[in-house]
Amino acid sequence: MSAFKELTKGIYAENPIFRQVIGLCPTLAVSTSIINGLGMGAAATFVLIFSNVIISMIRKIVPAKIRICIYIVVIATFVTMVDLSMAGFLPAIHKSLGIFVPLIVVNCIILARAEAFAGKNSVWLSALDGLGMGIGFTFALVLLGVIREILGSGSLLGYPILGTSFEPMLIMILPPGAFITIGLVLGFFNWLEAKRQRN
Amino acid sequence: MELKSLFILAISSIFINNFIFARFLGTCPYIGVSKQIDSAIGMGTAVTFVMTLASAVTWLIDFYLFEPVPANLFYRVFSLATPPDLTFLKTIAFILVIAALVQFVEMVIQKTSPALYKALGIYLPLITTNCAILGVSLLNIDLKYNFIQSVVHGLSGGLGFTVALILMAGIREKLELADIPKPLRGIPIAFVMAGLMAIAFLGFSGLKLK
Repeated sequence: MSAFKELTKGIYAENPIFRQVIGLCPTLAVSTSIINGLGMGAAATFVLIFSNVIISMIRKIVPAKIRICIYIVVIATFVTMVDLSMAGFLPAIHKSLGIFVPLIVVNCIILARAEAFAGKNSVWLSALDGLGMGIGFTFALVLLGVIREILGSGSLLGYPILGTSFEPMLIMILPPGAFITIGLVLGFFNWLEAKRQRN
Repeated sequence: MELKSLFILAISSIFINNFIFARFLGTCPYIGVSKQIDSAIGMGTAVTFVMTLASAVTWLIDFYLFEPVPANLFYRVFSLATPPDLTFLKTIAFILVIAALVQFVEMVIQKTSPALYKALGIYLPLITTNCAILGVSLLNIDLKYNFIQSVVHGLSGGLGFTVALILMAGIREKLELADIPKPLRGIPIAFVMAGLMAIAFLGFSGLKLK
């Protein structure tokens, strides 16, 4: 039962974007369309799972004083693997994500999970935690991607759905749209949480 | 001519390609440390300083160790047949260099200027995981800047970050007194404000720099 909880907590209760509000740079930058969001989410999930597993394996032999440096090296190794694999197999997505693929190294979510969870828990639970957080992150990216893609270009996954009479709100796919959308979505989740606690 | 193009690079990375509003780099400290003007100035100074240094150091490392050019040190020292292409190492190498650099800067400031250390001290450790630093290092390589251009890009990128941070802190000090709907208080309204400021900064993209 507790293993299941470790998996699901990242999706809503401790969602990295909406509840913990960390890892925002890639969220703002790549949520212009759903496909970008999915690509970024998948890359970050891969890094989260494997860095959590390795860090959990070595947690007993890592000296406490230099643990952050070691965590960063482990994370950077997996990020390099993802970066090169994406450049080889998915060049189009890799190109549109740009420098945000190597920047997964400094994504606070990954270091935060290493420090707060994987450094203290067993390998199996750490893998589930990484998977759950990755799904939560991907969910946030896709949600923002859906909102911005529908309003900004009137399409969903590249297919026009709002008809020709709809005038796309260009601002939504430009940088300001990212800030405003995430602000309002965060406000919505705060409202939802406050309502849930009142009941 | 050279000076003019550097000036254009500086102006465009402060206003047009602002690190926060156009490139989305360094958003976490932007939201986290923009509650008061004093701390915004401290954080901005620390980031500008480290960004300039990191641009210089990472550019030198990339050019002399990783790029497959005749200047490559491995190629020269070990007299290899062709210059080796080690650019796949840059993510790992840069983040370690930045972490070491931040530690080093912290130690130097602590020894030489206790007053400055008191002002910047708490912000320096946070800077290692600020994506603006690694971001500027990687962008310098991607955009194929030379050494001088990289340093100017780092410095002006840091100044742009500082401008955005101080403007935001000024607005947030006023927001404390405003009557905002409860769910939007704190971080959400800060994002909406950032969006409105980003719209204002979009206006700079009409600048014709030649």
